[in-house]
Amino acid sequence: MSELSLAYIMPALPEIFLALASMALLICGVLMGNRQTFTLGWLTVITLAVAGLLVLGLDWTRTVTFNGLFVIDGFTAYVKMFVILGLIASLAMSIRYLYQEQMARFEYPVLVMLAGLGMMIMISSNHMLTLYLGLELQSLALYVLAAIRRNHARAAEAGIKYFILGALASGMLLFGMSLVYGFGGALGFEAIAAHLDGLESVPAGLVVGLVFILVGMAFKISAVPFHMWTPDVYQGAPTSVTALFAIVPKLAGMAILIRLLFEPFGALTADWQQIIWVLAAGSMIVGAFAGLVQGNIKRLLAYSSIGNMGYALIGVVAATQSAIGATLVYMIIYMVMTAGAFAALLMLRRDGRGISDIADFSGLSKTNPVLAYALAAIMFSMSGIPPLAGFFGKFLIFQAAVASGFYVLAVIGVLTSVVAAYYYLKIIKVMFFDEPQESCDKIAAFSKRIVLLCAILFIMLFIFWPDVLIETSVAAASSLFVAG
Amino acid sequence: MIDVGMMHFLVLAALIFTIGIFGIFLNRKNVIVILMSIELMLLAVNINFVTFSAYLGDLTGQVFAIFILTVAAAEAAIGLAILVVFFRNRGTIAVEDISELKG
Repeated sequence: MSELSLAYIMPALPEIFLALASMALLICGVLMGNRQTFTLGWLTVITLAVAGLLVLGLDWTRTVTFNGLFVIDGFTAYVKMFVILGLIASLAMSIRYLYQEQMARFEYPVLVMLAGLGMMIMISSNHMLTLYLGLELQSLALYVLAAIRRNHARAAEAGIKYFILGALASGMLLFGMSLVYGFGGALGFEAIAAHLDGLESVPAGLVVGLVFILVGMAFKISAVPFHMWTPDVYQGAPTSVTALFAIVPKLAGMAILIRLLFEPFGALTADWQQIIWVLAAGSMIVGAFAGLVQGNIKRLLAYSSIGNMGYALIGVVAATQSAIGATLVYMIIYMVMTAGAFAALLMLRRDGRGISDIADFSGLSKTNPVLAYALAAIMFSMSGIPPLAGFFGKFLIFQAAVASGFYVLAVIGVLTSVVAAYYYLKIIKVMFFDEPQESCDKIAAFSKRIVLLCAILFIMLFIFWPDVLIETSVAAASSLFVAG
Repeated sequence: MIDVGMMHFLVLAALIFTIGIFGIFLNRKNVIVILMSIELMLLAVNINFVTFSAYLGDLTGQVFAIFILTVAAAEAAIGLAILVVFFRNRGTIAVEDISELKG
């Protein structure tokens, strides 16, 4: 396949569709103005759903196209499905919120879609150039989203912090890529892998390049010690944007990190395992202990996400097919729980303003029992209490770590999840045992209820059909190990 | 005359890159300097790519450098736009004033 034919561009059909649709929707937005944000938002949701169907309809056997720049296989298509689901969930529950916060601008849904397009290109990249362009498309859209509430000082500050640290991360990533290019002689994933396989000893420049690339990726998935932007950005950005940040880019970043480590740098496993080991342990510890003193639920969820990235990275360190499957399962369960938590958070408004202090949750079980029980289920699941889904995610991860002989990491993981359980359970304590405050606003929240209901059902019912998700994830991970 | 070899270019790029990183972390004055530092980092990467491209006899690196230039322009535009939003809200672009969010 070298000439431009339909079969040549077919593997990128969802991305091409999204790119064209985003431009069309942008033109619609410009013509119709900000009053039509509601229509445009739901049109975007439908477009994303169509893109999801296109991904489903593709042939998931490994196909490399665009002169080796772009790849589709079981792993990439599987992750893209969940990225699209996350985008749909986070966009659907934020449309009404945009009106409540007087920031209903038509750019919002289009930017979400462009960020999603960037993520999909990044996940499917088979060359450093595609990886860089996808990553930048995602990041640039997300920087703007963080600062989209233009009359709000904190949102602007979150935007600046995210932009500066994100640009720094991109610079590190690029510097690493240039070193890999110089010392590996190529930028295509397969070419780098082939070059590494033929080497007697690995040149130091290549390892330094790998370290720089890992630093850049660690920034993007907010692994310790490159996490410092996360709490500030989560707190300052509008809650709907925070929901998007927490749900989707983490999964996409983790997926491309896994692909980088196993496809081009598979021969350096012993080298990168040490780095990822430190990232995983640091993330778990900081996520657990720094979360203890937070009074703002968005900051708390930021530290929770840092900790969860640590657990997911354990599976990457373990580096077997079932361990990567466990990482995928963990990321998906985390995504569903976070979506539920943010759906509940977006529903809670008092006197026309969203609440984000944990103290404001006091007595929620009296004033708003349904929401309180739903949040309690999510918090129990996040702290890893059986029989909820969160327990199985952690269990699979620790099982994979022990199977590969990383006992210390597994022990750190168990201990930190006990520490982290404190702050999840503290929210439940505040909701159920503290003095009730005045009740929350009654708001229409159809799509948020749907997202919350789906999340709760997933968490509760996961125990009955765990194999569905686990087996498909392990099967998706297999394409990393066949190709390499 | 000294012979200018690949190592000289790489050292130059590494130096500029380091200056860029230090510019981000040590600068206490204003955010524009940070944007300039980011630009320095990306240009150092470009020197690296072009050097390697020339010495490997492979064009990919130069193509990559052109892509980086393009993306850097977009990145600077977005950075400045966010900076304008920040200035309108706070009336300052001093780095030490970007400190409302912490904990």
